[in-house]
Amino acid sequence: MTHSDAGRTPRPEPDETRGNQLFGPQPNVAGAAGYPDAPPRMGFFTDTTVCIGCKACEVACKEWNAVPEDGLELTGMSYDNTQGLGADTWRHVAFIEQRIPAGRDSAAGHPDVDVFDAARGLGGSPEATAPATGTAALAGQISPVSPDGRTELRWLMSSDVCKHCTHAACLDVCPTGSLFRTEFGTVVVQQDICNGCGYCVPACPYGVIDQRRGDGRAWKCTLCYDRLGTGLEPACAKACPTDSIQFGPLDELRERAADRVARLHVSGVTEARLYGESPDDGVGGDGAFFLLLDEPEVYGLPPDPVVTTRDLPDMWRHAAVAAVSLAALAVASFVRRPR
Amino acid sequence: MAECHPVGFQWVTEAKSRGAKVIHVDPRFTRTSALADLHVPLRAGTDIVFLGGIINYVLEHDKYFRDYVVAYTNAPVMLREDFRDTEDLDGVFSGLDPDNRRYDNATWQYKGMEIQAASGERERWIEDRADGGRAVTEAARGEAHGAGGADIGAGVPERDETLSHPRCVFQVLKRHYARYTPQMVEQICGVPQDVFRQVCELVTDNSGRDRTTAFAYAVGWTQHTVGVQYIRTAAVLQQLLGNIGRPGGGILALRGHASIQGSTDIPTLFDLLPGYIPMPHAHLNQDLDAFVEADSTRKGYWGNMRSYLVSLLKAYWGEAATAENDYCFDYLPRLTGSHSTYETTMAQLEGTCKGYFLYGENPAVGSANAKLQRLGMANLDWLVVRDFSLIESATWWQDGPEIETGELRTEDIRTEVFFLPAAAHTEKDGSFTNTQRLLQWHHQAVEPPGEARSDLWFTFHLGRLIRRKLAGSADPMDRPVLDLTWDYPTRGELAEPDAEAVLAEINGRAADGHPLSSYQQLQDDGSTACGCWIYCGVYADGVNQAARRKPGAEQNWVAGEWAWAWPANRRILYNRASADPDGRPWSERKALVWWDAEQARWVGHDIPDFPLGTPPQHQAPPDATGAEALSGTDAFIMQADGKAWLYAPSGLTDGPLPAHYEPQDSPFRNLLYGRQRNPVRHVMPPLPDNRYQPSADEPGAQVFPYVATTYRLTEHHTAGGMSRWLPYLAELQPEFFCEVSPELAAERGLAHTGWATIVSARNVIEARVLVTDRVPPLTVQGRTLHQIGLPYHWGPNGYSTGDAANELLHLSLDPNTHIQEAKAIAVDIRPGRRPRGPAAVQLVRAYQVRAGIDEHTGTEM
Repeated sequence: MTHSDAGRTPRPEPDETRGNQLFGPQPNVAGAAGYPDAPPRMGFFTDTTVCIGCKACEVACKEWNAVPEDGLELTGMSYDNTQGLGADTWRHVAFIEQRIPAGRDSAAGHPDVDVFDAARGLGGSPEATAPATGTAALAGQISPVSPDGRTELRWLMSSDVCKHCTHAACLDVCPTGSLFRTEFGTVVVQQDICNGCGYCVPACPYGVIDQRRGDGRAWKCTLCYDRLGTGLEPACAKACPTDSIQFGPLDELRERAADRVARLHVSGVTEARLYGESPDDGVGGDGAFFLLLDEPEVYGLPPDPVVTTRDLPDMWRHAAVAAVSLAALAVASFVRRPR
Repeated sequence: MAECHPVGFQWVTEAKSRGAKVIHVDPRFTRTSALADLHVPLRAGTDIVFLGGIINYVLEHDKYFRDYVVAYTNAPVMLREDFRDTEDLDGVFSGLDPDNRRYDNATWQYKGMEIQAASGERERWIEDRADGGRAVTEAARGEAHGAGGADIGAGVPERDETLSHPRCVFQVLKRHYARYTPQMVEQICGVPQDVFRQVCELVTDNSGRDRTTAFAYAVGWTQHTVGVQYIRTAAVLQQLLGNIGRPGGGILALRGHASIQGSTDIPTLFDLLPGYIPMPHAHLNQDLDAFVEADSTRKGYWGNMRSYLVSLLKAYWGEAATAENDYCFDYLPRLTGSHSTYETTMAQLEGTCKGYFLYGENPAVGSANAKLQRLGMANLDWLVVRDFSLIESATWWQDGPEIETGELRTEDIRTEVFFLPAAAHTEKDGSFTNTQRLLQWHHQAVEPPGEARSDLWFTFHLGRLIRRKLAGSADPMDRPVLDLTWDYPTRGELAEPDAEAVLAEINGRAADGHPLSSYQQLQDDGSTACGCWIYCGVYADGVNQAARRKPGAEQNWVAGEWAWAWPANRRILYNRASADPDGRPWSERKALVWWDAEQARWVGHDIPDFPLGTPPQHQAPPDATGAEALSGTDAFIMQADGKAWLYAPSGLTDGPLPAHYEPQDSPFRNLLYGRQRNPVRHVMPPLPDNRYQPSADEPGAQVFPYVATTYRLTEHHTAGGMSRWLPYLAELQPEFFCEVSPELAAERGLAHTGWATIVSARNVIEARVLVTDRVPPLTVQGRTLHQIGLPYHWGPNGYSTGDAANELLHLSLDPNTHIQEAKAIAVDIRPGRRPRGPAAVQLVRAYQVRAGIDEHTGTEM
């Protein structure tokens, strides 16, 4: 079973006649962007079932791309002190601690609570969090372990990254052309062109792209465009010891991922599902997709991402109608004015 | 393993994808547990009970691999009538000398074996007794058996192939572990019986002719007062299951640094010479022949020790080493006792150790009882620190914790401290030796920055300058330094010595200078030189074999052309045991080497670890020695009897069979024996800063009700010198924290991400709190035990800072290896930050008073 948004999101029919469509499946992303003899579309398949949370991807990414260190903060969110993707974090490993019923075949239910909840509201300086009085506040909302050990723990780890959407709203809204589609079908910011307007930031349905503090320009994963050109794989995939992060032609990755899910299902891991691989989803499929063991929300991923420019034609249409209506109203008001 | 060896863990992931079951036994749920099929939390410090329980299950349910056990282990061997087991003596073995707190292992011997009377161990025992010298046995060379077994004397052991005689090893073993029942495991380890049974079934279902099980341990297993016996227990189990010398079997020590295996092979240990040749003792008026006679076993390849040692002496002293002067055997330093790292600290405190080199080591953070380490260094004349950054061991004299508490004043410290920046591995050529004995060469990528230099550069040029200063000296004391071969070629602007020239010297050369290709070529007449006999062949044909990088896909599954493994490029040791006594593989699925009758030699996927032409049916003549003494089924060719030892008649200071003792500081009573702690553990002289705690039912034990264990995180490296200064790593784990369960947090009022103060009888530290289900409470002896997780990477210096967990540790050591008990200590935890200044010391003293601690506490035998 794959995760698909096709049933959830009412959407307009894509305009098959236009090359540069804003929605729906697009088998030739680079071609549509104007590359006549583009190489195969490249991407990431992140298999979270073999992620060991070593964060080598985070470090390799920062090393290769000279992304600055962005602060020392013990968050209390399990071993995740990175917190999320941003201008200075292009790979982020999420850690989710869960209690599941012992001897389960499948983690059908949600964990009672997770550490993100527990950590919420605990911010501020550590000195400020002096021992509280009530025990509820002490351990956060983490549920107690049953004394006979009849529950099991599950520690989900997942390395998140820019999705390199088939329909990339960040690129669509960029007024300078700083964001562009590469011949590999990936989406890259050119920092020498970016003027720091920030339109791309709210446009991203995943909250990935961000402006760097003190710099203002937008930064995000380039899928190591500078490595791809010379036949190297991206730094994160190169550093990943367990092949949780796999890099390759997207078509191949999708096949591999489908196989992997099928094998996991056969071996009883029925909760395995893909996220972002479907060309039918709200962004036309991700160039970087994931194999997850729980709902996307658990990993901090939006369950139903939709390219924010999907409704742009509609919006313009409505705007035009509104403008005409207003004009008509104005004219009518002049016409009716009694003299 | 995923936590500390993420790169190696890729192979576990791969095995898992091929259907392997992964069991993770650890007090904490770690990144390894996250990918394991089964995580089994247990009380820290109880692994011998857990493993002993599996041994009991294997013996009770006849799950052992009988054909393997009879042929290749010492299970059938008869023991002496006067041997007494811990079952007979309530927790001690026969031969305990209570006054000197050590064992005389005479009664542990095989029946019918004569201990060599003329020389060797026996003589040493007598002399030791004469001077009452505990110090010498403390240098008991547990490590000396890294490449082969201990001596067992002369004679042919009596055997009972039916394994039924009450005094044969098998029956003794069975009785020894009979009380290690699932109920006992539950009571002592806190592991529910059904979970334990699941482990037993998984392990035994995956062992036998067609399947093998491997044990991997991080070196935490060694960090107990019974550390060596932990590994011994796993070895006993693996032998019973037939999991040694076979593909997919074995016991893998996941070493703590990139080349710690290499620094054991070519040792940084005080009691060893390269290749596990023991370091001679000073009090014996011993020449080369007597030394070799005493320390070489008669049977197997260890019998050729004289060739290995003479070749080593030729590598050290070249032309100066001649037959007439015993090849400069007298130039070798002599041991006067144990000079382990912690005894060196004691010697510093006493003022007898005056100088100290620290190469990439940060004892002010990384060693047990870090405060004692600093106090010791404060008593030195000089200290040389070579590291990447100004680590705590280089700055304690101006900003260490004792300066804050007022226990030390900078102006009073007379130690002259030299800090010399070191080059990283990417900035120099060299080799790493990993746990599989695989030497992998790394090439220099960039020049070291600024004044940073490699250790090789530093050592070579230091030696060069010392030799220059000593030149012309007539003092015989200077001869060993002046006669050294110290002529490595250098290159580049920095005059970096050629690392490959060093490798070539380690490999060894014949009289004509030609590189040797096998340790079997080594001679005892001075015609060969070899820096480390087990590495002989790494530079065969003048080619750096360690630099080979033929991809696995382009060769057979053993991948023998990737790098080079000692000895002789064998990938699996004792692999004769992968075939049955007749020389056929136990199963096709697990075939590795076998006897080819047509060729009349051993062949296979790996290089056979056996004399190639010795057929399976061969019976060695009784008077043969060395390799000629090996019969066709003596698969364990480095052992004195050619067998794997379920029972160790010699070589260990604390018993021939592993028995459970509680950790030095424990909230629980030893349920198995009347003896609470390892009776011969290495207890240090009484020092106010190294107090032990009361245990179990002793008054005051309840002051330290929790068990703490130290460990590493993926994001940092050991004492932090390689990681805490790096922003990209520091931001991933930005400060010291402790891990506690929600129940403990509630019990002690600890707030998630707030502060906790943790106290032992030694010191007090503070840590941020992570409340997590991953450190579950356990039910032990009917009550709830909370455990506390303490990653030990931090110290006050660097970009990411925090207190050092190792401040809490005591110095009560494993008697074989002198390794600290870092993995199981009893502590107290309370909310809030620790006191500052002198108040911190007062808090610890107050705890000592509350617990009624004095210099005798916890020192009982």
